[in-house]
Amino acid sequence: MGMLIFIIILILAWQGFYWIGVDLLELWKPYAVPEPAGVAKRFVELCSDGTLFEATFNSLMRGVAGYVIAVIIGIATGLLINRFKYLQKNLKPVVLGIQTLPSVCWVPFSILWFGLSTNAILFVVIMGSAFSISISVDNAIKNIQPIYTKAALTMGASRRQMYLNVIFPASLPELVSGLKQGWSFAWRALMAGEVMTTSIGLGQTLIMGRDLADINQVMLVMVVIVAVGIIIDKCIFSVIEKRILKKRGLA
Amino acid sequence: MSLVIKGLNKHFENSGKATLNEIDLEIESGEFVCIVGASGCGKSTLLNLVAGLEKPTGGKIMLDGVEVNGPGADRTVMFQEHGLFPWLNVIENVKFGMKLAGVPKEEQEKKAMHYLEMVHLQDYKDYPIHQVSGGMRQRTALARALTMDSKVLLMDEPFSALDKQTSNRLREELQRIWMETKKTILFITHSVEEAVYLGDRVVALSPDTGRIASIITIDIPRPRHVYSPEFVELRHKIMEQVRGEAV
Repeated sequence: MGMLIFIIILILAWQGFYWIGVDLLELWKPYAVPEPAGVAKRFVELCSDGTLFEATFNSLMRGVAGYVIAVIIGIATGLLINRFKYLQKNLKPVVLGIQTLPSVCWVPFSILWFGLSTNAILFVVIMGSAFSISISVDNAIKNIQPIYTKAALTMGASRRQMYLNVIFPASLPELVSGLKQGWSFAWRALMAGEVMTTSIGLGQTLIMGRDLADINQVMLVMVVIVAVGIIIDKCIFSVIEKRILKKRGLA
Repeated sequence: MSLVIKGLNKHFENSGKATLNEIDLEIESGEFVCIVGASGCGKSTLLNLVAGLEKPTGGKIMLDGVEVNGPGADRTVMFQEHGLFPWLNVIENVKFGMKLAGVPKEEQEKKAMHYLEMVHLQDYKDYPIHQVSGGMRQRTALARALTMDSKVLLMDEPFSALDKQTSNRLREELQRIWMETKKTILFITHSVEEAVYLGDRVVALSPDTGRIASIITIDIPRPRHVYSPEFVELRHKIMEQVRGEAV
């Protein structure tokens, strides 16, 4: 509730700045500064012709597809890095290094290899989030309290049983935070990928706004990107996280 | 003859940790043996070696004629810090080892309830671990260990993280449970009183040499009582001995 009031105040202040800075004092050009009323108007227009829904839906589908592949690759490489000392010592630093690359750096490669296609976007999404997931998987397993694995060993756990019955559940809380972070990387990478192509999506709608010198549309898309990110985070990842922690008496 | 420890040595390189020297010990089936010693004397190392969680530098450990090589369900450990899984409730924790062993579900349930009743936790079987007290957690861990039907049960100071009252209560119950089940138990403790109270034999380890200082047979009939004159006398005698060896 307090949050809502804060946001309303923020929007009112923004509208006030616009009136003073653009309308009254003419300090800034109207095409360079978005206006809440203008953004709202654009929102209604883009909603009524279905553009916004289509763009959001397409982006989400691409984001989810890329993310799912990234999760599979991330978990597989994370497990391998964790399991083999050689990879831990040699591959992990490389993965850590690659992970620091902003996802937009993968755009040139993806265009060369896949052209201006959906696959090119997926490639950027995967590269943008898979490595952070593999690092989280490795760390989550490393942070398991040794007593859990010790206890299971003295109860005769095989390697397979150890992974299924101890390592997976024990690392789950940290694993979910890692997956959540992976999603936020994927979502950001998706926008980096989408602005370069012409297939309908939020990123492309944003660039279209720029090309049409429609700053309100640019702003609107930015708000939608943030909103989708927050909704996924709060409605999916945070809910799962809370449930796991509550069950274990940690929250 | 059940567990045989022969000429066991353990040295740690670049570490101030205790070393074990030429440990010889035989534990009969159905016997309750307590290892006692000051902290840092290597008693937990000895238990880890028997459990197979650590490898000896020399000597060997034989269980029913087979050399111990790595951990296994025939040597379940009950730890000082319960080692229960927080994502499972009380009865699921008790069933864990049986589940690994592929025991049929009905039998898991029956056996889990049997041992939960033995440790008086039947009414708490569906409680999450974080909602039961420290004493109840150790009872759960004890029930879990008992379901394993291990050849030898290893207990690593299982009551020393609990408050004095709870700890005393649990050792009384362990005495009763041992009298009922006659499991073979190797019990590590720093408390001479606890060792004399529970053990058929008390093995005192010397922290200086890493050797067995003395092995004392406790022939006080069970159930024992810590205030009985013979108990007090024996406890006193062993305390003197252990202290004497330490100096």
